[in-house]
Amino acid sequence: MAAGRVVKGVKFQELRDVGDPVELGAAYSDRGADELVFLDVKATLEERDTLVGVVRRVAEQLSIPFTVGGGIRSVADADALLSAGADKISVNSAALAAPSLITDLAAKLGAQAVVVAIDTEGGHVRTRAGTTQTARRTVEWAREAEERGAGEILLTAIDADGTREGYDLEITRAIAEAVSVPVIASGGAGEARHVAAALEVAQAALLASILHENPERLTSLRAELRELGVALRDAA
Amino acid sequence: MKVAVCDYQAGNIRSVEIAVRRLGAELVSDVEHCDLAILPGVGSARSAMEELRRQGLDAVLRERFAQGRAVLGICLGLQLALDWTEEDGGVDGLGILPGRSVRIRDGRVPRMGWAEVEGVAYYFAHSYTAETPCATSWSEGIVAEARSGSFLGVQFHPEKSGAAGARYLDRMLTEVRERFLSRA
Repeated sequence: MAAGRVVKGVKFQELRDVGDPVELGAAYSDRGADELVFLDVKATLEERDTLVGVVRRVAEQLSIPFTVGGGIRSVADADALLSAGADKISVNSAALAAPSLITDLAAKLGAQAVVVAIDTEGGHVRTRAGTTQTARRTVEWAREAEERGAGEILLTAIDADGTREGYDLEITRAIAEAVSVPVIASGGAGEARHVAAALEVAQAALLASILHENPERLTSLRAELRELGVALRDAA
Repeated sequence: MKVAVCDYQAGNIRSVEIAVRRLGAELVSDVEHCDLAILPGVGSARSAMEELRRQGLDAVLRERFAQGRAVLGICLGLQLALDWTEEDGGVDGLGILPGRSVRIRDGRVPRMGWAEVEGVAYYFAHSYTAETPCATSWSEGIVAEARSGSFLGVQFHPEKSGAAGARYLDRMLTEVRERFLSRA
């Protein structure tokens, strides 16, 4: 999301408007999404808080888990989002700047409500919506995040993001082996076999671009994944 | 039916409220006198228990249970109903459900995601698990549901489990109506 709309880019660039978050959220929930993740991708850069009002309206439509991230800098920020109806919060840049934020969030909310999102490129972490290189190695940061109380790692490979050419299985496997919390693979989903391959190494797979242009695709994608032998719940 | 959701100031009680309101229940704030009190599943054990105590809700919930009036515990709400939990260095619970809660030893922890309970998938998100003689159903060897008197506890999140979760909550509200309200 950015400015209250759902947007999606390629490798974090050229963000395109793809729809209304409330409508899209309801469409995905109805079509069998197992979870919904909303990331306000410009919140950190614009130094403002995630759109609490939007989160409130989306939550009203959902009966599946709802993760919200973007611009969360304190336990109070996280509390406001959970009060608005988010089930989990996702932190990224602020946790890199002050890792104790993860510790504080986990102590207050429980680890199961704390997702640490990591944007990776070339084995290193990037911050501030991918705009800034850091010296941290991705594997080491994932381990530290887990030690500090992250309940899940949302790993986005920037080079794969939006390409629809498949997830970066190499870095995803490396992170999943480095930590014992669940890892959500993100970036690069183009077709069912990509998702199936990601689920071989990670515990969950995030989809964005291919669904945003056609939410109906989720229904057929779930059927194709079942044919590939992926165990998915019956969402009816 | 009047339903009160205990707000212990640690996160999302709103999804539970949205779910029960969709099923036609009336939300009220009076935990003592409502038809069903829900202890939802958010936060960590120590801060949740401290907040319950600060608000006096621990005594209210024990009293409800002693009077045989309906209480539903979800996730952490199930674990807090037990005698004790290993979380946060050891925390005494409400003691309305015999047993204790211990850290999950196998697999990835937290245990996050959809898992089947008697053939139906529900959403789980937890690091601790109940050990109780009152378990009534299981998921992958983990206690999914437990009952003791007027208390029902679930480890999964029916309010986050899509259509299947809504059906579960609807059955539970019907049971409360039939078991606890018809004799009034």
